[in-house]
Amino acid sequence: MNHQNTLLSVNNLKVYFRSDDTLARAVDGVSYEIRREETVCLVGESGCGKTVSALSILGLIPQPPGEIAGGSILFNGQELLGLGDEDLQKIRGNQIAMVFQEPLTSLNPVFTIGDQIGEAINIHENIAEAEVNARCIQLLTDVGIPSPAERMSAYPHELSGGQRQRVMIAMALACNPDLVIADEPTTALDVTVQSQILKLLRSIQKERAMSILYITHDLGVVANIADRVYVMYAGVIAEQGSTENIFRQSQHPYTQGLLASLPTRSKRGQRLHSIPGTVPSAAYKPPGCPFHPRCPHAITRCREEYPGMCDYGGGHLARCPVMFKNDQWCK
Amino acid sequence: MLSFIGRSFIQKIITIIFVSVISFLIIHLAPGEPSQVDPLNPKFTPEVVERFRKEFHLDEPLYKQYLFFYQDLFTGKTVSWKDNQSVLKKIWERFLNSLPLFILGTILTWTLSFPVGIRSAIFRGGLYDRSATFFSYLLISIPGFFFAYILIILVVTRFHVPVLGMETFGISDASWPSVAMDRIWHLLIPSVLGATAGIAVLSRYVRSQMLEVEGQDYVRTAKAKGLPPDTVHYKHALRNALIPFVTMFGLILPGLIGGSVIIESIFSWPGIGRMAYEAILARDYPVILTVNFVSAVLVLVGTFISDILYMVVDPRIRI
Ligand SMILES: Nc1ncnc2c1ncn2[C@@H]1O[C@H](COP(=O)(O)OP(=O)(O)OP(=O)(O)O)[C@@H](O)[C@H]1O
Ligand SMILES: [Mg+2]
Repeated sequence: MNHQNTLLSVNNLKVYFRSDDTLARAVDGVSYEIRREETVCLVGESGCGKTVSALSILGLIPQPPGEIAGGSILFNGQELLGLGDEDLQKIRGNQIAMVFQEPLTSLNPVFTIGDQIGEAINIHENIAEAEVNARCIQLLTDVGIPSPAERMSAYPHELSGGQRQRVMIAMALACNPDLVIADEPTTALDVTVQSQILKLLRSIQKERAMSILYITHDLGVVANIADRVYVMYAGVIAEQGSTENIFRQSQHPYTQGLLASLPTRSKRGQRLHSIPGTVPSAAYKPPGCPFHPRCPHAITRCREEYPGMCDYGGGHLARCPVMFKNDQWCK
Repeated sequence: MLSFIGRSFIQKIITIIFVSVISFLIIHLAPGEPSQVDPLNPKFTPEVVERFRKEFHLDEPLYKQYLFFYQDLFTGKTVSWKDNQSVLKKIWERFLNSLPLFILGTILTWTLSFPVGIRSAIFRGGLYDRSATFFSYLLISIPGFFFAYILIILVVTRFHVPVLGMETFGISDASWPSVAMDRIWHLLIPSVLGATAGIAVLSRYVRSQMLEVEGQDYVRTAKAKGLPPDTVHYKHALRNALIPFVTMFGLILPGLIGGSVIIESIFSWPGIGRMAYEAILARDYPVILTVNFVSAVLVLVGTFISDILYMVVDPRIRI
């Protein structure tokens, strides 16, 4: 593993939300790494802390109630946690950009899309207004908005959901960031639009040689775009590896459960498998392995002792000592 | 746009007709008689009362009285039953008296509420926010008249300036700077008083609007773009938070004729609010009904202006 090649590394990140009498450990010791020009997927069920971990990268966790309880986030070798507001502003939108989950509410309803895209360029680069305009039109062309020059003066409500998400992507690309964080960018869209957006992201990524952190709960999407995958469960990474590792040699019962619940052609007509039980809330996690209440392979030790990451080699790790053939409780 | 204006105009005409009928009925159905036709008033003999009743058309059926009244109003012939003066002229004079109070009060309210509310929202939970909250609840809960007397006592004993009425009696003989100062003092205290409750309420409202908008996704998007906090707050959030206030802005128009009965009574200010109040006590129907009618018109004009402003500030509403 070439260290030079690492763009972002998140180490043992902990983000807690404090309310009157509870402490919700939304992200509880998560580590992941994104290399240059790589697409990394963060997968997991709703509420497992995907968005929170992404927002912490940009320093956008509302504090209070949130607090960064520990860990580090290195971007290009620079520590982002604890960075001052002004330094963060230089990184946000410029080197790391984000596409949000909800295209419907993430655009400001009272400003034109031209204004909202141009704004990011104006802030980060000192170029003439005419040039900014030309760049915006080019961006809208790149993301496949028809008649982009006229669309510059449109308001968000005049666009369809898919077009709004394209605008969000154009906005994220405006300053040629090294990393784009896409937080479930297609969840709110219908299936055809979803595959168009995915195609668009893939082609743009190749063209611009940037890295993408793609957050989703849809394994179908993951197979489509990911180079590497991190499976998240209840605020921790359950399994990580190449797309091949995750889809063909998954070692964690949670990943296996997710895969089994994926509709495929061969399972046509059968009832879809689903993992029994529900995700524990971030405030009340069971002791030991957080997955044990839902796990078909759980043993007594799983209820008592927090499992470590077991290394299968080649960057494939899974947090399940039971499945690991070695007779040790991984560290 | 034009069809919207046309439609809205017709709706408002219909509304105003209803308002005129209902306010006329309410006044006439209320117990009591105009002071000059009150049979209990020892100054009037039954013959005189009878003469007045004829003159004011009080012996006609209600619908005829209604027609007589609005005919007079639109031809400008309405006169007060109390002193036979033209009602429109009376209202105009009183309106001019109330106008400085209204303008200064409104300016104070709107220019102070917004900075206070916005700052509270941006630094919510901080010392500034908590003190602003404390003082606004204090001002909301102290009755206006009580606060007025405290203020009067303070100003009169501290600065030895009289503040009742529009000017000190006999001051017009003095040199012009002292006349000007006297006028300003007389104007300032009631305006500040009129504004305090307004500031307390409006700044709370601004704060909660702003807080709501600050939690929206597009504000997070703006932050994620790397915009400095000022742009995030004052461009992206504030612009959205202001939208509901456009409606309120149209509705300050009726305040022009309503004036403030309490403030004007406390400060013996010969304004329109006090005139309306006295007219009600004297059952001076023409004055009451005219003030009522004019304020109804102003309410409708105000809502009309709000509708237009709404279209200007919110791109989602375009017709
Ligand atoms: N502002 C907040 N205040 C309190 N708790 C929060 C806040 N934001 C997130 N959380 C908690 O953190 C946990 C993780 O939330 P997060 O939004 O990261 O989930 P997610 O994995 O993105 O889910 P989804 O797929 O639904 O978007 C949740 O339990 C949520 O309740
Ligand atoms: Mg999310």
